[in-house]
Amino acid sequence: MIYWEIFLAFFIPGIIGYGGGPATIPLIEHEVVHRYEWMATSEFAEVLAIGNSLPGPIATKMAGYIGFQEAGVLGAGIALFATIAPSLILMIILLSVLMKFKESPKVKLLSQIVRPTIAVLLGAMTYRFAETSVVDSGWAHSLFLVIISYWLIEKRKLHPAWVIGGSLIYGGIFLS
Amino acid sequence: MNHRDMFYAFFRVGMLGFGGGPAAIPIVEKEIVEKYKQMEQKEFGDMLAIANTLPGPIATKLAGYIGYRLLGTAGMINALIASVFPTVLLMILLLVTLSSFRDYAWVEGMTRGVMPVVTVLLGVLTWGFFAKSKQDLGWLYALILLGGSVLVIQGFGLHPAVLIAALILFVFMKRERPKAGEAG
Repeated sequence: MIYWEIFLAFFIPGIIGYGGGPATIPLIEHEVVHRYEWMATSEFAEVLAIGNSLPGPIATKMAGYIGFQEAGVLGAGIALFATIAPSLILMIILLSVLMKFKESPKVKLLSQIVRPTIAVLLGAMTYRFAETSVVDSGWAHSLFLVIISYWLIEKRKLHPAWVIGGSLIYGGIFLS
Repeated sequence: MNHRDMFYAFFRVGMLGFGGGPAAIPIVEKEIVEKYKQMEQKEFGDMLAIANTLPGPIATKLAGYIGYRLLGTAGMINALIASVFPTVLLMILLLVTLSSFRDYAWVEGMTRGVMPVVTVLLGVLTWGFFAKSKQDLGWLYALILLGGSVLVIQGFGLHPAVLIAALILFVFMKRERPKAGEAG
């Protein structure tokens, strides 16, 4: 059933994604692209790009849109609920308990030990995006855009929204 | 602080926070601690530390908790709607518009053009996670966990959630070594 699948697809990333919203992205991709096959890698990348060029938390933008696309307004509501509720409920209920443990080395180790796994998932996703880009647009365009956007975002500290806007125009003209 | 202030505060947090939830944290602090003076710096810091011990997006944990703490359940819902709803709506409008033009070649070109940029953004994010792992755990443990994750997820095709759940379980089961000089 689609609503149950939408709930699970966003509940799992929300409950294991240590490191905030960005850490949940590869987990969401795993569910949406590989498990339920609602989207191709390129479409997911497009949604992510638009999400990155808009303000606000990324996890809820992804959940809201993907839920809407799969099952309308109710789908968006369920995806948002699954993303937000579990960790928020835990936080409100366990606040006094957590307050005691927030300096505990175990609690600190928790997010540290999960981080390398998230790094691997992010790396694998980066590789798939690069691969799709080379297949769709060829080596020359892909490499050119990677180098110029890295330079603009990391060296010139230009806001990604501008670079994403520029790449949309570039693609619309040269890659169609 | 009334419901209207709550809504505007988190509406601004949602609409001004470029770069995802973590980028919104200083804006939340500015609104709640500095502007509306609803929390002390120390309490905000404690709350942030606790939010970081839990998984999931940070922005909604903060909005939901602050809303609940200041104005009860209705405040929680208000703060969540204000911080999440406007940007989700923008996202849906933009993407639905874009996909209604999907048959045009130039729209397909746009999708292709944006792919390398997302690759760069993710690559940088990946490196950030990797560098932080190395800093916290040291080369050896970071590489062991990294290599183990590659093997288990890419090699054996295990669902990443299972691996992460196993790691979390491992931390909880691990016996805490008593530290010298630590009282009680």
